[in-house]
Amino acid sequence: MAIEVRIPTILRTYTDGAKAVDGSGETLQALIDDLEGNHPGIKDRLIESGDLRRFVNVYINDEDVRFMGGLDAELSDGDQVVVLPAVAGGAGSSAQPVGR
Amino acid sequence: MLTIDRTTYDAIVAHAKRDHPDEACGIVAGPEGSDRPERLVEMVNAAGSPTFYEFDSTDLLQLYKDMDARDEEPVVVYHSHTATEAYPSRTDIGLAMEPNAHYVLVSTREHGNNDGPVEFRSYRIIDGAVTEEEVTVVAQLQSRESEESTP
Repeated sequence: MAIEVRIPTILRTYTDGAKAVDGSGETLQALIDDLEGNHPGIKDRLIESGDLRRFVNVYINDEDVRFMGGLDAELSDGDQVVVLPAVAGGAGSSAQPVGR
Repeated sequence: MLTIDRTTYDAIVAHAKRDHPDEACGIVAGPEGSDRPERLVEMVNAAGSPTFYEFDSTDLLQLYKDMDARDEEPVVVYHSHTATEAYPSRTDIGLAMEPNAHYVLVSTREHGNNDGPVEFRSYRIIDGAVTEEEVTVVAQLQSRESEESTP
């Protein structure tokens, strides 16, 4: 079972620069465990406290896995998985104008 | 150093002023490895907030698929601060995930939606380290042909 996983620039240090790698697994969790075997360290960048990191987006065939059961989302042969870090930030609540 | 053309610069500033007091956000894409900000893409701030921005996850995927199809990367990632200076916050630093990008911050704190100057500053943010860089605004980016045909 082969599943193509697209890797964002910031995580290509774990894939020797490869933009896409193949993995296998019947769920997203199993796929990530499989990736970790070949690309040690990558799992920690995707998962925190047993759940997907808040600011990492994962898509299976263009659908956000958060709407498909998260790490329990099921995978089939030929699926395409895309990993994209969120583009986010902002002044933050600690940056309120002085004096408020 | 960030070199950006006047039209793109003005469009980023206009976007920030239009969305004030919420933070505005977007990218300027360019050919991979070129360091040329050529194609402005204004994004919706899915957070709709004066203190936070985030690209919508569906929009984010579409954006990266479009860039992939064009062999582009995000050369500039921009957003506005609407009550504070144009300097990366702790949140900005912690969430900066594009090591090749120029992170542009625009502050609309002085004039809000109105005409008037804004702070427009650019940074590299790599592994939590912030380095400010010079911004050079040019009438037009040098054509790619003239750069490549240097004898």
